[in-house]
Amino acid sequence: MTGDRSRLTMILLMAPLLIWLTALIFIPHAEMFLVSMREKVGVRQYEFGFANYATFFNEPLYWNTFVRTALMSVAATALTLVIGFPVAYYIAKMTRGRSKTILFLLCLIPFWVSELVRTYGWMILLRESGLFSGLLQYVGLASQPIEFLYNDAAIMVGLVYTSMLFMVVPLVTTLDSLDDSMIEAGYDLGGTGVSIWREIVIPHAMPGIVSGCIVVFMLSLGNYLTPILLGGKDSLWFTGLIYTQFITRFNWEQGAAFGFLLLALSSFIVWAGLKLSGQTLSRTMGR
Amino acid sequence: MIPTIPQKPLHVWVWRAYVTAFFVYLALPLTVVCVFAFNDSLFPSLPWQGFTWDWFFGTEQPRLGVFNERPIMRSIGTSAFVAVWVAVLSVAVGTCNAFLFERYDFRFKALLYVLMLLPLVIPGIILGISILVASNFLANTLEDATGLWFDNLRPGLPLVILGQFSFIATFATLVISARLQKFDRSLEEAALNLGATPWGAVRTITLPYLFPAIAGAAVVAVLMSFENFNTTLMLVGSDAPLTITMFDRLKEGSTPVLNAVSLLLMAASAGLGLLSLALQGKKA
Repeated sequence: MTGDRSRLTMILLMAPLLIWLTALIFIPHAEMFLVSMREKVGVRQYEFGFANYATFFNEPLYWNTFVRTALMSVAATALTLVIGFPVAYYIAKMTRGRSKTILFLLCLIPFWVSELVRTYGWMILLRESGLFSGLLQYVGLASQPIEFLYNDAAIMVGLVYTSMLFMVVPLVTTLDSLDDSMIEAGYDLGGTGVSIWREIVIPHAMPGIVSGCIVVFMLSLGNYLTPILLGGKDSLWFTGLIYTQFITRFNWEQGAAFGFLLLALSSFIVWAGLKLSGQTLSRTMGR
Repeated sequence: MIPTIPQKPLHVWVWRAYVTAFFVYLALPLTVVCVFAFNDSLFPSLPWQGFTWDWFFGTEQPRLGVFNERPIMRSIGTSAFVAVWVAVLSVAVGTCNAFLFERYDFRFKALLYVLMLLPLVIPGIILGISILVASNFLANTLEDATGLWFDNLRPGLPLVILGQFSFIATFATLVISARLQKFDRSLEEAALNLGATPWGAVRTITLPYLFPAIAGAAVVAVLMSFENFNTTLMLVGSDAPLTITMFDRLKEGSTPVLNAVSLLLMAASAGLGLLSLALQGKKA
């Protein structure tokens, strides 16, 4: 191939990438940032300024919701990790061959189903006329229907369920690469179950733990469906505020500012997670 | 802890019980959705009133089945339309990206690769609003300048397609790159030695080799597009895709017709998922 020709091909191949990233990622985000820096001073009259961000900090409802969303996402991430880790360990280390493949594929199934359907399933289970309430009445533990839906615990159940796959898959992948002889050596050297977990298994699984936690946190933070459908009237979620500003109140300036704050928080967590674990985005996401 | 190390039977049972409980937890919501699609009651809840096919084939209100429910059928069509476009665009761009990143070296390659991955770590709702804001700005500017109408830049299906494409393209790139990495370039060189043009070699040798990945990426793109909610919600116009229609119904409270749609969705995604697994399985 001649140099010029190869160069031309390269430019042609690069064009779609550049158009995609510029037109759909960079320009929209720059535009969103500019809109968030606009203050409305009259009908179709705007000034440059920080008023929208000031509103966020001056209005307790807004930043309380922001902090609440962040904290509940952290809690959901931790819960997902604690629940998912033993399962990932079991699949990676305690099963072999066919049953391993089958168990792993079973973990993937909920992912193929829309998040909406998954949430709907939880609504049917948890609502007042739902299965859990019915079961409790049937065994005699409750004398009347109980409402499990519309509270923060229901949101947590939904978030953990939705995110589980994104935790289990990276964990299984990293734990799979842990050589059994390492664990055996640990026992030979007099380690107990606990010390082997602490000194061998968990350090080895760290890259998987980090990438799983990053993805789960990000998904929980940006989730809209689960808090809206499973949460109650007081269970505000930050994405809900963004939606309200954009679609219901038509206050795009405020909504853009909220959006930017959410993006900043999620980017910061991703960045901090990668830094803390010494990973790079290419290695974590690029598989 | 591992099979080669003897353990107390109690431990083994605790592990098994835990893992079983976990899979029950995974399966429970989906099972419930499926089972209640056949409940002969106006509400998707207890008590169980007996078995019925009404929520699939029922012909009159209030027992209107999925197949006779016009809005739902129409929104399935809308979703399919969007999904096909997203899949075609994502696969086309993804294939170009794969060749670019696997075959060429250029300045800022590592940076560009990270930028290509960025859409994965931007919350979907933010992708949606940023595209909404930018396209609205563009439409206003163009309309002010020309006096014409640019409806395609207002919330609606073209924007939904672009919004979903903006992050699904990354997945397509990753899937196709992974296979291109394993390609043996000497096959292409042999074709060139035998007198093929560079494009001819790529078309007759490399692209057929990539086909399983391309088809797999297309299936994944269709599934992700069908399922997408967050980005779509911000960009949707008057034609609602299926997830949006279902969400509106869900908020109002609905008959088990929603369970029936969900069951059909699950069956379709399971079929497509198996198809993509089969395609990926040919990798070796």
